[in-house]
Amino acid sequence: MTTTTLPPSEKTQPVSAPGHTTSDRARSERKLGWLLAGPALAVMLLVTAYPILQAVYDSLFDYRLTDPDNRSFTGLSNYLVILSDSTWWISMGVTVLITLVTVAVELVLGFALAFVMAKALKAIRPVLRAAILIPYAVITVVSAFAWRFAFAIDTGFVNTWFGWLPGIGADTDWFGGQWSALFVVCIAEIWKTTPFISLLLLAGLAQVPEVLQEAAKVDGATWWQRLRKVTLPNMKAAIMVALLFRTLDAFRVFDSIFVMTAGANNTESVSFLAYRQTISRLEIGLGSAVSVLLFLVVVGIAALFIKGFKVDLASARGEG
Amino acid sequence: MSTKEKTWWIVAGVAIVVYALFPVAWIVSLSFKAPGDLANGQFLPTGGTATRENYTGILTGAGGDLFLPALRNSFGICLIATFISCLLAMFAAYAIARLDFPGKKLILGTALGVAIFPVISIVTPLFNLWRNIGLYDTWPGLIIPYLSLTLPISIWTMSAFFREIPWEMEQAAQVDGATTWQAFRKVIVPLAAPGVFTTAIIAFFIAWNDFVYGISLTSTSAARPVPAALGLFSGASQFEDPTGAIAAAAVIVTIPVVALVLVFQRRIVAGLTNGAVKG
Repeated sequence: MTTTTLPPSEKTQPVSAPGHTTSDRARSERKLGWLLAGPALAVMLLVTAYPILQAVYDSLFDYRLTDPDNRSFTGLSNYLVILSDSTWWISMGVTVLITLVTVAVELVLGFALAFVMAKALKAIRPVLRAAILIPYAVITVVSAFAWRFAFAIDTGFVNTWFGWLPGIGADTDWFGGQWSALFVVCIAEIWKTTPFISLLLLAGLAQVPEVLQEAAKVDGATWWQRLRKVTLPNMKAAIMVALLFRTLDAFRVFDSIFVMTAGANNTESVSFLAYRQTISRLEIGLGSAVSVLLFLVVVGIAALFIKGFKVDLASARGEG
Repeated sequence: MSTKEKTWWIVAGVAIVVYALFPVAWIVSLSFKAPGDLANGQFLPTGGTATRENYTGILTGAGGDLFLPALRNSFGICLIATFISCLLAMFAAYAIARLDFPGKKLILGTALGVAIFPVISIVTPLFNLWRNIGLYDTWPGLIIPYLSLTLPISIWTMSAFFREIPWEMEQAAQVDGATTWQAFRKVIVPLAAPGVFTTAIIAFFIAWNDFVYGISLTSTSAARPVPAALGLFSGASQFEDPTGAIAAAAVIVTIPVVALVLVFQRRIVAGLTNGAVKG
């Protein structure tokens, strides 16, 4: 829920005591700034940088908790083992698929919701905003259970309701196959996280100057032309922020997989693979290597987004 | 606006409300189904068989031994983590909004980096470390990693709020004869309070939603939070189908959070979008 746009330091000049900006004053302000912000920075580094370095270190060892005495340095062989194993590539494929499908659907659906919220009658607007926050408030595990029970053969109503569709009968086992299980996982993820995207897009919509819309209307632009030429370019920043955060979030998918399939039928995500290696199988070395690989992929995606869209982000906000 | 258009907006609005509420309504309905009715293939309990059995089961019966400690753990751990991260973020956000010092970008950038961090990459080394130093399956053993979830968003949201505070007012008060402390307490604190409060709610949600840490760094009811307990719940005995109990527990953990969201919706929307879009 943060942003890739330029940090605000440029526009926030200190308002304190203009005219007294001696170097003494600047120095004490700098000191106070670090004194106040330092602890937060230190805690953030401690809870993330330290563990990831530890993971990098652990990943170089053949290290199993059930057999701690035989811990031995093996260099990069854990990485070789993982990268040459189909399990890794299957979980990678599953993760990429879930990410692409959910982010694409959420973007379209989020836009639709944002448009309705922006244009809806004043009377129903508060109701809509309250409703849209409910999926945000429901924890992922609960949402995963709700969808799992809905699609399950025994407790579900989906097979009863959609029995008229070809291929769906009373005994359709959604969690029995890879594709159908992933379909349900995607639905659960989409339901839970679309509100976040649509709120960000709604905020972006609010930043589109009304004047431009009116001007385009006067010039006879159709709704579709206005959307493409006026609305979308003006909310590029919001779209990019929403896309970046949802992509990275979707890439870490774990809760839904754990609750709905537990990785059965090739539905394991990369996070789940790391969890299974470390926590269930106590293979600290291998698990750490998976964690480090996942971390690198996430950093890569983030770098691509930020590098690829930086210019646009800045100029879209008039700060370029 | 024509009547036809109006009708369309209302239809769209109703569709959104149904979309948002549908799974919640389903889990509520499920939680009131009697064991014999769970597999009726319908959305609602049939033939007037709605029952409170599932709720009494998880609140008093054997399920209670699993569920109630988890509820206590979740509340305690999430509140403490929220408090610590709000406190740290408050200082940091004040410095970012008010003072001029090199390193602002570094702090905001680090927060961004931590926010995109894959949680599972932190869990793997922590699992081993916590076992060695005795933090495994304890409250601090979850509070510390929860800071990686709550601190970044707290810093971003709060600095977005703090930047909109007209800091000149503090000086105006001082010119009017207030001491620095009085000016801060009477002018800045009331202006900053809503932002801090909103940040706290958002941070609390994020901690409350955690599953990976909860399931990896705990093993007993000493520290296991609700989502992890739900994920591992397998019924009071292995022959019992836990569906009804899980549904009831899910409703119990959902109600307070949804209520909180509905009461403070305006602020939460502002907080989520301020931090992200205005940054």
